[in-house]
Amino acid sequence: MNNKLGVYICHCGGNISDYIDVEKVRQSVENEEGVFLAKTTMFACGDSNQKEMVEDIKNNHLDGVVVASCSPKLHLLTFRAVTERGELNKYNYVHANIREQASWAHSDDKAGATEKAIHIVKAAIAKVRFAESLVPIKISSIKSVAVIGGGVAGMKAAIELSDLGCQVYLIEREYFVGGRVSQWDSLFTTNETGKELVTRLYNDLVKQKNITVYTGAEVISNSGNIGDFKLKIKITPRYIKAKCNQGELQNAIDVCPVEVPDDFNFNITGRKAIYHNFPSEYPQSPVIDIKNCTRCGACEKICENVDFTQKEEIMDINVGSVLMATGFDPYTPADGEFGYNSFDNVITLPQFKRIIDLSNEKLTFKGREIKNIAYIYCVGSRQVEGENKYCSRYCCTSAIHAAIIAKKKFLNIYNFHFTRGIRTYGKQEVLYDESSRMGDIYLQSYENDPPVVTGRNDKAVVRINDILTGKREMEVEADLVVLVTGMVPRKDNSVGSLFKLPKGRDRFFNEIHMKLRPVETVIDGITISGACQGPKNIMETANSALSAAAKSYSYVSKGELELEPIIARIDKDLCTWCNACAQACPFNAIEMEEGKTKNVASINNSACKGCGMCLPVCPTDAINLIAYSNNEIESMIDALAG
Amino acid sequence: MVDTGKKNARILVFSTEKISDPAIDMAGLLKLHYPPTIYAISIPCSSGVKPKWILHAFEKGFAGVFIAADGSDCPYGESCTEKTGKIVSTTHELMKQKNIEPARLRMAAICSVCSESFVKQMKSFNENLLKMQGA
Repeated sequence: MNNKLGVYICHCGGNISDYIDVEKVRQSVENEEGVFLAKTTMFACGDSNQKEMVEDIKNNHLDGVVVASCSPKLHLLTFRAVTERGELNKYNYVHANIREQASWAHSDDKAGATEKAIHIVKAAIAKVRFAESLVPIKISSIKSVAVIGGGVAGMKAAIELSDLGCQVYLIEREYFVGGRVSQWDSLFTTNETGKELVTRLYNDLVKQKNITVYTGAEVISNSGNIGDFKLKIKITPRYIKAKCNQGELQNAIDVCPVEVPDDFNFNITGRKAIYHNFPSEYPQSPVIDIKNCTRCGACEKICENVDFTQKEEIMDINVGSVLMATGFDPYTPADGEFGYNSFDNVITLPQFKRIIDLSNEKLTFKGREIKNIAYIYCVGSRQVEGENKYCSRYCCTSAIHAAIIAKKKFLNIYNFHFTRGIRTYGKQEVLYDESSRMGDIYLQSYENDPPVVTGRNDKAVVRINDILTGKREMEVEADLVVLVTGMVPRKDNSVGSLFKLPKGRDRFFNEIHMKLRPVETVIDGITISGACQGPKNIMETANSALSAAAKSYSYVSKGELELEPIIARIDKDLCTWCNACAQACPFNAIEMEEGKTKNVASINNSACKGCGMCLPVCPTDAINLIAYSNNEIESMIDALAG
Repeated sequence: MVDTGKKNARILVFSTEKISDPAIDMAGLLKLHYPPTIYAISIPCSSGVKPKWILHAFEKGFAGVFIAADGSDCPYGESCTEKTGKIVSTTHELMKQKNIEPARLRMAAICSVCSESFVKQMKSFNENLLKMQGA
């Protein structure tokens, strides 16, 4: 039993100590049995504290360590590593979570939170006294990764993983790769178009021999764990043969009598039931929208490559890790929000960008030439009453960039920006400066006094009490009102539910820690990247994708993973071999062992997964799980009850 | 911040590292408050809870024990729900023998994102236990 323990209680800046009296916690535990030293620290995870812990362990020959700080999901491994650096087996470390389960959960009750923290730390001390030195178990990990989402993040991550030598399955729900970026024209800072960027990435992608791209594909089931996820993928057909004559196909598109709103252009134009979003889109093969196709047969008569016999396929793949890159949806304003759907010249920023791309010589919308454009910022972001409290980060820059492009591409454009403060951070400030120099007018209001949109003849009038001119009331008669909409999570995020990925307050997928573990999720082996995690611009998305690729690679690179050596252990004196444990074990890890005086149960260490299902069924209580023995659990209960 | 001074029932939660721990942590992250007299002990799987641990908790003064069951999300297999249910029914019998009200042991599936559900369960369990105690 360990009886020379070191206990460290973290302030976590003020995340813990703002609500918990950490000094009181320290004083309450310093005289617990076995505690040799008890300290408080501003940041337990900080370098200086880690060094101090290593010295404490070495100099005092500590045989057990407890850190009371944040969730073990965040820093269990950090402090196990510290323990190892102190030349103590890492399984002699126990983590006490007094942030997520005390200071934050009970920030409304300081005394209650402090009392709870004291008991949690005492329970950890009780547990570490029974801790033993252990050796990790190793399991094999399949050297392949499923990347879900074929936008910029997914493609970038897939290429990186392939370069590292992984087998990659890139799974895209749509029929074309490129995601949102393929919808954008010129991009800041390079002036490369979104289509060019997607083309460049796709060309890199197809050069890689170990990337398999599935389009029109969805993950429909998931089982297994880190190192060995078993995914079932449903692939819906394109109804077009792989190789086809472009001329014939264009004729087939032209002859199609069906026209539906075009999602690619945010419904400002229509498309046929046989379509591609733009001629060079990847894969360079159109698709038949079977939901809207009337099966009139017109296309089949013209083009021999139309093939309605193609069937849906179900595929099984095994991967060691899953990288999520499922992107975002643009916010759709509510009816009447700043005149949206009330006045026909009120549109969203993504629609405006498509109009700029589709217009030549004159900027027109619904047949009318556009000159005065009013941009209303923070629509669907930084909401006072709505649930989108966050800033979408990219929209200020994107709106100003679009305004500059409109002004450069078309004559007599006048831009009026109705903002809540411009956030063109970093180099994007250059655009703000350029726009100001080009004569764009910036007006600003507070969140409690937003601009108001009304109609006057065929114009929309935007009125504001402008705080930059001492709240003077200003109005602009606009030919077009552009609502600068932010990013929201995908409307259909069922794939996240399939993997049980947690979501944050903003409803995007949640990382373990924004700074310390920014692409990992609480589901072991699953990483997140790009805008599915929160609003990001393309550069930030690419960085996040590379980071997620590196993390996913770390799960599969060695072909094996270290797992906790938490397995069942039989007390052969107590065991009477009744077979109940073997029947309860889902992994066939328990067998009968013939003894001289009696038969007993025997654990196959390589098959045991440490679930503990055998524990409650034993009539003689002859089975314990390492690190969860009766002694450990009951002493923790004693400490928590005390 | 205020000390509400409200009396709450002492509840022991058996939660699981991969499934319900993240939900309980997220409840804290989201500042979804629940009584501070609720303590969690993490285990690998909810079907590994020994009835004797539950009885031990009652002996030591816990008013209630809650098993945050893995349900169909259990990484160890589909039999978890049934096995956890059996632990509860077995323990209920043992509790009756010791004149402990079976309602003091409750089980519900708490998935890795079920923070709100966890808090709701805790609040209602706390209220029920307080009623049982006549508080």
